[in-house]
Amino acid sequence: MRRTKKDLLGVRELEVEEIEHILKLAASLKEINTRPIKKVPTLRGKTVVHLFYEPSTRTRTSFDVAAKRLSADTYSIAASSSSLVKGETFLDTLKNLEAMSPDVFVIRHPVSGAPQRLARRTSVSVVNAGDGMHEHPSQALLDLLTISERKGGFKDLTVAIIGDIYHSRVARSDIWALTKMGARVLACGPPTLIPPHLEGLGVRVYWRLEDVIPQADVLIVLRLQKERQQQMLLPSLREYSICYGLNRRRMELARDDAIVMHPGPMNRGVEISPDVADGPHSLILDQVANGVAVRMAILYMVAQG
Amino acid sequence: MAVRRRGLQNFDSMRFRRMDSGPIVWESGRKRHFDAGRRTRGGILPYMELLPAVAVKHGNVEHLKTCCNNVKRGCSVDFLFRNGRVIDPANNFDQIADVLVVNGVVADISPMLEVSAERLAGVEVIDASGKWVTPGLVDMHVHLREPGEEYKETIETGTRAAAAGGFTSVACMPNTRPVNDCAAVTEFILARSKEQGACRVLPVGAISKGLKGEALTEFGELREAGAVAVTDDGRPVTSNQLMRRALEYAKVFDILVISHAEDLSLAEGGVMNEGFTSTLLGLRGIPNAAEEVMVARDLLLAELTHGRVHIAHVSTEGSVRMIREAKSRGVGVTAETAPHYFTLSDAELIDYDPVFKMNPPLRSRDDILAVKAGLADGTLDAIATDHAPHSVIEKDVEIEFAANGVIGLESALPLILGLVREGVLTPMEAIAKASSNPSSILGVSSGSLRRGTPADLTVIDPELRYILDANAFYSKSRNCPFHGKEVQGQALMALVDGKIAFSRMHR
Repeated sequence: MRRTKKDLLGVRELEVEEIEHILKLAASLKEINTRPIKKVPTLRGKTVVHLFYEPSTRTRTSFDVAAKRLSADTYSIAASSSSLVKGETFLDTLKNLEAMSPDVFVIRHPVSGAPQRLARRTSVSVVNAGDGMHEHPSQALLDLLTISERKGGFKDLTVAIIGDIYHSRVARSDIWALTKMGARVLACGPPTLIPPHLEGLGVRVYWRLEDVIPQADVLIVLRLQKERQQQMLLPSLREYSICYGLNRRRMELARDDAIVMHPGPMNRGVEISPDVADGPHSLILDQVANGVAVRMAILYMVAQG
Repeated sequence: MAVRRRGLQNFDSMRFRRMDSGPIVWESGRKRHFDAGRRTRGGILPYMELLPAVAVKHGNVEHLKTCCNNVKRGCSVDFLFRNGRVIDPANNFDQIADVLVVNGVVADISPMLEVSAERLAGVEVIDASGKWVTPGLVDMHVHLREPGEEYKETIETGTRAAAAGGFTSVACMPNTRPVNDCAAVTEFILARSKEQGACRVLPVGAISKGLKGEALTEFGELREAGAVAVTDDGRPVTSNQLMRRALEYAKVFDILVISHAEDLSLAEGGVMNEGFTSTLLGLRGIPNAAEEVMVARDLLLAELTHGRVHIAHVSTEGSVRMIREAKSRGVGVTAETAPHYFTLSDAELIDYDPVFKMNPPLRSRDDILAVKAGLADGTLDAIATDHAPHSVIEKDVEIEFAANGVIGLESALPLILGLVREGVLTPMEAIAKASSNPSSILGVSSGSLRRGTPADLTVIDPELRYILDANAFYSKSRNCPFHGKEVQGQALMALVDGKIAFSRMHR
């Protein structure tokens, strides 16, 4: 399949065929990660720059591993060491890096829309590794891969996304990805953490966890940032955990074949209890493994563009 | 034709729409006019009423004489505008007529004006057929950025932009550096406008010292120095008590209190309107209630104090509804909106372009309809631009970090005329909202083509179609959300005190 777009900025802009193409590619690239020598020369001579304006361990490492397994040269720039601290603007930093002729920028930025804005001004391919509360497309694609491996497809599938939807880029990308693929999506959380007009994205909104668990084939639990308590969005983590924490008792309401996912990092004991995170329904580590494969597929696609 | 405002609101009556164009008379029945001749006793000179307000206010006799001589010498060019459609809402006049400007003053207006050949000799005759001749437009809400942020705009560039947009008077907001919270800054602004301004500048002082919201400024001294109103614009007066005192204390000096209605806690962290688009884009939203909570408070306080409050930049359906209701009960309230609030919706932000970021934010389509309805029924008295220049340094950054505000002086007129083409306003109402109404609210004498008044006048081509090009603007800044848009209607000429402040006319 020929790809005309140079960037991967969000799931919203992806056609269903593009999503299927990435998933198929990821499934075939995944095999590389099981070889004794985990490297292919596909992106040899290509340069990938990871530019992370927000702390990240999992996503950055995952992209880095993916790029290196495809033999690309990678460079990592973290916010704390970058010239942002010295007062240089994001665009200036990017323009300077662009002058060194990289092929791909992998960008994580705390402001929604920052990678989109940059992509319009550079000829380098831009991969969005998470922007503000907007999108995290690689996470959504790895979630799709994980679900499809276990469930075989998305038709007639009910997926519940639970927790802090308002601040979650993962939730937005997952909603786009799952609805495009034909799944039924439920969002569940306290009204203070549900953004207005969420139904407009084609999801049903619930406030009580007990109402969604029995319906769901897939439960995606979101991380709760501790600072939400200070922002008057919650009375306490304790009450959140009581009302919205996924624990073994609640899992008794779930279908036998229900799967539990979490984009990480987890707050064990807040949104998810350890026995569920490590329990038989959990696919959390499968997600991480699939993350490398999906990011290999993404880098391959944009760098070959 | 004067209009008594009290108990006037009758929503389904067309009567009101006609009345809306007259000057506003407050319940006291006293017509507020900035009439120089009446203020200074002794009638030093017959040119008294032509003098800049500053000169009269300062009462400096030498200064006055110099000004008078300038008036005598400077107005060597007189004008006769032939066959224009003269729209003068203050005098309820709308017909094809000729306008004669002599010595900087509107000398005569009438159809087929007879002017003797002898008198015609020193007169420049301008063919205004097919054009509108209106009172000079008045923008009661602009940021000129001087003193302090001259890299964004200066009094010189801002007033040039104003004149090019058809405005002959602009009221400038006090959030400069230093803040216009004392006579010295007000005097500086007036002196600088006199030296470099292309149009009249009406300074607006701060309500609180340093815009800190803690203590009142000296309204008396600000008024005396030439401030026409007070506001903490850019920030709300968060203390209910301070706002109450401001409305009470302002009555002594009959100075207008302008409210920037925003609840900071509801708006906290907000980048755009709260709605479907903010959810889609993952941007923090500012709900309509952030504005409406404060509008409600200010209406209650205006009622309590029997004071009068002017609500700046109204953007929501709820604000319009509450102001309408308050007016119907005779509360002393007036209100303005800006062209972007009746033209653009929050859907414009879909590409995260910071040029569409402002405060209050662009709202929903329902709000646009409500603002138009508010303009049509007279709930919203005035259209002001909230001209807020910012350089690329503040604007060309990630949307969350970008400054709020858009420029508007050079794009407002065609958008206002768009309301006429849409049938929202009559031509008379449209001109009233951009001239006589803001003048009455501020208590200044411009906004009228009455015989004998200083000739502040705008010639408009209502038909001309063109593409708005922000790069060709006189403003120093380029943060115009209408750049590249095809519009209809343009100011061809602006006269201030009978002198050409700006002209595109082929003469």
